[in-house]
Amino acid sequence: MKEIFEILEQNARATPEQISTMVDKPVKEVEKIIKQAEKDGTIVKYKAIINWPKLGQGDVWALIEVRVAPQRGVGFDTIAERIYQFPAVYSAYLVSGTYDLAILVRGKNMQEISSFVAEKLAPLEQVQSTVTHFLLKRYKENGETFLLPKEMNKRLPITL
Amino acid sequence: MLNTKSTATNARDSLISQKVATLPQSGIRKFFDLLSSVEDVISLSIGEPDFVTPWHVREAGIYSLEKGYTMYTSNSGMPELRRELAHYLELRYGLSYHPEHEILITTGSSEGLDITLRAIINPDDEVIIPDPCYVAYPADVILAGGVPVLVPTNEENNFVIRATDIEARITKQTKAILIGYPANPTGAIISKKEANAIAALAKKYDLLVISDEIYARLVYGAEHICFPSLPGMKERTILISGFSKSHAMTGWRIGYVATERRFIQALTKIHQYTMLSAPTMAQIAAIEALRNGEVEVERMVQEYNRRRRLIVKRLNEIGLPCFEPKGAFYAFPSIRATGMSSEEFAEKLLVEEGVAVVPGTAFGQCGEGFIRCCYATSLPDIEEALRRIDRFIKRNRLNKT
Repeated sequence: MKEIFEILEQNARATPEQISTMVDKPVKEVEKIIKQAEKDGTIVKYKAIINWPKLGQGDVWALIEVRVAPQRGVGFDTIAERIYQFPAVYSAYLVSGTYDLAILVRGKNMQEISSFVAEKLAPLEQVQSTVTHFLLKRYKENGETFLLPKEMNKRLPITL
Repeated sequence: MLNTKSTATNARDSLISQKVATLPQSGIRKFFDLLSSVEDVISLSIGEPDFVTPWHVREAGIYSLEKGYTMYTSNSGMPELRRELAHYLELRYGLSYHPEHEILITTGSSEGLDITLRAIINPDDEVIIPDPCYVAYPADVILAGGVPVLVPTNEENNFVIRATDIEARITKQTKAILIGYPANPTGAIISKKEANAIAALAKKYDLLVISDEIYARLVYGAEHICFPSLPGMKERTILISGFSKSHAMTGWRIGYVATERRFIQALTKIHQYTMLSAPTMAQIAAIEALRNGEVEVERMVQEYNRRRRLIVKRLNEIGLPCFEPKGAFYAFPSIRATGMSSEEFAEKLLVEEGVAVVPGTAFGQCGEGFIRCCYATSLPDIEEALRRIDRFIKRNRLNKT
């Protein structure tokens, strides 16, 4: 069953027919497993990975370290939720180490991110400090490197 | 492989050795030229993994250069690598080879095959080989001064060489049986029963078995039979393998031979005069591959298996019957229904649809009526290639009626 999800994680457009052949299971069974997973949230969503800079319209991204004071009873979750509900927050993680929350923020330009930090994030009562790192270049995302297939293919056209 | 006509002019050049001049050229040469003239080609004709060597292995190679490991190693190969190999063979197949005396590190398994044949063949000794087979087998036997004796195999016996067919061809000159399972170009694997029957023959007629197990790790839903692990066969088997296919390391040129001490001594003589030692960087990378490479090997095998199921199913649906290949990364469908020869089919498919496959005849006469499709290429490419082949078959079927 795990294999079905591995295939979908690599290629969200793989059809139940293709998957059924690849894992050697009946199509009906594969369809059922996928349906169930879509329903129970195992499969969250199907998305494309876009190489935006290639279109010349890259957003600005920042990785922000946030130190917060946890609240009695609910720990970090409540404050995390208050932060990740902002649409500008693309990803949010609770991490171990010298700060508590690592969040990835997306904005149209630097000003947008700066004002998010200055006006929304930093003023939150439990937020003690923030460190903002603007992303300069992306090499790999979601396990994918941004290389063209041509750059990757270094094999001779025929070998025996 | 066996394109005998093209060498006629060479044969007259007295400065070239007769043996080499008359040696047939690889049958795929003209495909190289054809390929460059066709645009947007999808190639199912590359006999190597499409994966790049796993990063941890590459990193080990880079580190070795940083540290300045750029000298020769011992002729036999780095002791550490031989120890790792002995351990690996013991763990996987229950074989015990002495790392100092029974393992030789070679520059790819190709070197292993070459020096093995040179070490055992006296002029006109015969070596039994299945047909179709990997192109180097008969050529290497000829270069070593021997005579290749081809034994036909077919889909009825799953392209596995049968003991009875071998026995019918054994003469006083027969020295060895050279097999390679899982097989290139058919993807066939050998069963324990079939292997045991060959082992019994080897004992009965006092023959050597040269077992090329370069594809050993690429088997799907079956167990790989490591030939020397059969009872009483370690002392009469020369095991040849390497890292190219299992660890996607074709360009590193690193392999090994494991066998009895007396054979290793003979092989080492040739190796020390011709190769000195296998590339040092590659040896260090191979140590890393053995120590920490298992996860990556399994990941690649799983991926090949998905593609294998897809390509075999689709080929059968398209109308190119394909027996189930349980090893390597090749499908070997029959194209007889089209009425074309293998070469005609491959050429036409390339020109009309931009899909490159290798005609079965490149691997011997018994490959006529078949093509080799390698599925060590990305899934989207395999799917597109199959769509094109489907179109090609439909059109050519229509043309006929």
